Amino acid sequence: MFDRRLIKFFDWGLLGLTFLIGFLGLAILYSAVMAGDPGPQKILCIKQLIWYSAGLIVMVLSFLFNYKLLGKWAYAIYLICIILLIAVLFFGTYAGGARRWLILGPVSVQPSEIVKIAVIIILARYYSKHAHTSGLTLRELVTPLIFTLIPFVLIVNQPDLGTAILLILIAGSMTVFVKIEKRSYIYITAFCSILIPAIWFLLKEYQKQRILTFLNPDLDPLGAGYHIIQSKIAVGSGMIFGKGFLQGTQNMLDFLPEQHTDFIFSVLAEEWGFVGSLVVLLFFLLLVVRGLTIAYGCRDTFGTILAGGITIFIFWQIVINIGMVMGLMPVVGVPLPFISYGGSSIITVMICIGILMNISMRRFLVE
Amino acid sequence: MGKYLKTADSDWFKQRLIVVMYCVIVVFVVLICRLFYLQVIEGEELRRLSENNCIRLQGIDPPRGLIYDRNGILLVDNRPSFDLSIILKDAKPINNTIEKLSEYIKTTPDDLMSKIKECKGISIYKPFLLKRDIGRDALAVINAHKYELPGVEVNVGPKRNYINKRTASHLIGYLSKINSDELKSGKYPECAIGDFIGKFGVEKAYGGYLRGKPGGRQVEVNATGQIVRTLRTVDARPGHNIYLTIDLKLQQKAEKLLEGTAGAVAAMDPATGEILALASSPSFDQNSFVNGMSHKQWNTLVSNRFRPMENKVVQGEYPPASVYKIVTAIAGLEEGIINKDTIFYCQGHYKFGDRDFQCWKKTGHGNVDVVRALAESCDIFFYQVGQKVGIDRLAWYAKACGLGSATGINLDYEASGLVPTAAWKKRRTGVAWQQGETLSVAIGQGYNLVSPLQILVLTSAVANGGIRYKPLILKTIETAEGEIISDDSFHTKKEITGKLPASRQTLEIVKKGLWQAVNTGKGTATIASIDGIDISGKTGTAQVVGRKQDETSDEQVVASHLKSHAWFVAFAPSEDPKIAVSVIVEHGMHGSSTAAPIARELIKTYLSSSRVVE
Repeated sequence: MFDRRLIKFFDWGLLGLTFLIGFLGLAILYSAVMAGDPGPQKILCIKQLIWYSAGLIVMVLSFLFNYKLLGKWAYAIYLICIILLIAVLFFGTYAGGARRWLILGPVSVQPSEIVKIAVIIILARYYSKHAHTSGLTLRELVTPLIFTLIPFVLIVNQPDLGTAILLILIAGSMTVFVKIEKRSYIYITAFCSILIPAIWFLLKEYQKQRILTFLNPDLDPLGAGYHIIQSKIAVGSGMIFGKGFLQGTQNMLDFLPEQHTDFIFSVLAEEWGFVGSLVVLLFFLLLVVRGLTIAYGCRDTFGTILAGGITIFIFWQIVINIGMVMGLMPVVGVPLPFISYGGSSIITVMICIGILMNISMRRFLVE
Repeated sequence: MGKYLKTADSDWFKQRLIVVMYCVIVVFVVLICRLFYLQVIEGEELRRLSENNCIRLQGIDPPRGLIYDRNGILLVDNRPSFDLSIILKDAKPINNTIEKLSEYIKTTPDDLMSKIKECKGISIYKPFLLKRDIGRDALAVINAHKYELPGVEVNVGPKRNYINKRTASHLIGYLSKINSDELKSGKYPECAIGDFIGKFGVEKAYGGYLRGKPGGRQVEVNATGQIVRTLRTVDARPGHNIYLTIDLKLQQKAEKLLEGTAGAVAAMDPATGEILALASSPSFDQNSFVNGMSHKQWNTLVSNRFRPMENKVVQGEYPPASVYKIVTAIAGLEEGIINKDTIFYCQGHYKFGDRDFQCWKKTGHGNVDVVRALAESCDIFFYQVGQKVGIDRLAWYAKACGLGSATGINLDYEASGLVPTAAWKKRRTGVAWQQGETLSVAIGQGYNLVSPLQILVLTSAVANGGIRYKPLILKTIETAEGEIISDDSFHTKKEITGKLPASRQTLEIVKKGLWQAVNTGKGTATIASIDGIDISGKTGTAQVVGRKQDETSDEQVVASHLKSHAWFVAFAPSEDPKIAVSVIVEHGMHGSSTAAPIARELIKTYLSSSRVVE
């Protein structure tokens, strides 16, 4: 039954990298939480540790079975995730002006995190059957578009613009990766150039304002704009060697509201400086390259596209989050994998790692 | 090309993956360049800014909307208030600063320190409000000694100012600090601790429009917390201005007339439902809420037995007494039990079952028809009408007249009163309805309860030919720039809530009775008549529960808190009425002697002012 090659091909490198970034993440979170008045926030570190342990179990579960089963079960997984998203709209808890969380027993989960993996799997399955060297035709793009738009609309309604945009980015990148026909590109461009102004025209004034602010935080100097300034000051003040572990001043409460979640990179940059941030960035680059190598080494189309999609997902989270903290990107609520506080985020990224390991250790299995 | 498709295989994907790899590396290089730019090239400057947490956010409070009366006379505005704050981070050494500061504003250092210690978890980087409205003199002193008061700042903010002390306090309401329950409720998403919100009256009901939108500025401060420069400013957006339906002159007259009593007066335009005056006595000073009130002050207000904090027009519930005879008359006429010629004989008392029911006039009224019964408020006549109509039909008419349910005025805590039925009593007490109780109800005693506002709407409907309008308190809302805005949620449009269950003939008979009450020699309200104005009205004397009916009829002997409430409702001119009035004076004894003169003076004031004539 058990194939010994599974152990031989096990991706120890990826596991090591995961542990390494995970430990760094915990240390940064500790610093972010301990700044100023720790008190009630102290428990977040312990919670995060518990999430990591749960994440490890989920990771193991994700590589025990053959990843091809994911293709087989793609529709079921997708459906369950969509149902969860719909449940959020009706039963979700309301916090901070949005309905994103579902309370399941002792834990609250954010289905919009998990749904991204479901979309990646279902798209990988579809593209593995329809991809050809001349690229996807317009007709072949209809189904993936629907797969993406259903969760997109549900997430926009929560509302969680950041996650929704991330979903579009992932699906779009995967689609470009499997190639789109030139003619389709022309159609899509033409279509968008009509549709976007039309939608803009239909939007209400406050909605337009919200989108403009999103694209240019400077328009909101008391909200997002202020956060970006504080975040840039925090990052820059780290200079080359940083202020030292637990020595950050900008991460004192209040200046950055999401300092232990979305803005955690600013804590890292302030305390560990350019040198420390560079190291972490390089670890992240290594992780992404490792993921792409796994896709490269896989000899089955579904596996290649799945590994590619998952790596793209991790890549976009890193880029959007760090780009935002450094004032290169709009302020979006996207967590930094392994480092930001949050159970759903940790579990999701550990599932991703598990699937990558799964594909990596079964690369010898070719039909 | 045609249908010649080549399936994508692993090798083909490998080529594409290499392209992806390059893209990823390029993006990471961009990130690293940005990191280098911020931390190495800009690092020094950003480190300097971080040292004192130099970039701070200051809130700018929006001026709250102004409140005017119907003629554009200003009732409520804002005046500048100099608020003293301290940023603990900059105020070093703290004890020194506090000591000096306390000297300049004439308090003790302990007092200020305890204020700071009271608020746990305040940010040391954010201004903490020490004292509101320190006044110009203290401001001058503090500004002169600014150099020895690091971290101390004085901000100018708008402060609510109620121009006419104690005028229309119950209608306008007041502002007060938001409490933690209100913060948690989610109804005030834009508010923070220390913000003022409308707690009562119009300030609360239209708080969303009055509030405006706060602004703020990003400022750079130096090591002592002084502002070096302002980076960005977002102006606060002032709240909308509100025009009420009340007439200030009439309102003040009403309050003057009520002075020294506990009671309520309300006046309405019968053609629209607009409230012209709404006074409840005793009143309270709204400014004391804005200035912050001590526990003691608050407790005296709340425990005052004349209930100054209650808007008696809207929240008060009283037996309607003889005013209710309007309802009984309508029921009798509409049910065909009486017509305008039906005569009952009043000999001063009426035997029913084993009880003897009294008429207020011991000697009796003799033969009375319905018009005279209303004019002279004959109890015996209405005992018999009520008895024949029956409690449940009577209740149906009372409800159709708008009693027993809220009028829908856009103010909090509106009382809905009580219209008793046989089923209600059974449910409430477990005891079956007694026939004799119907007689009490028919003359407005017994379980009946109404608010002065409900009675006003009823009177107004009698005056205008039978239409019940929703009482309106708001005339228009306009933006700070003067642009009138309209929305259904404002409650500014005339709205019919129902019609009286009475034909035109029935109403004519009732109106004739009310006219005679004021304008014939034997009427109960002749005191309300004035030369040149044709007034109709109805008196009422509501016995206070707790006092047995037959104990004594000599009002002078009764303890003051057991004395009867005095009612009077009126409208004028009798033809084409311009104003309807409802007056209650608690423990004022007779409607005719206490309440009627108030209504008379009010009507006189309103009709003699040039504005009404147009």
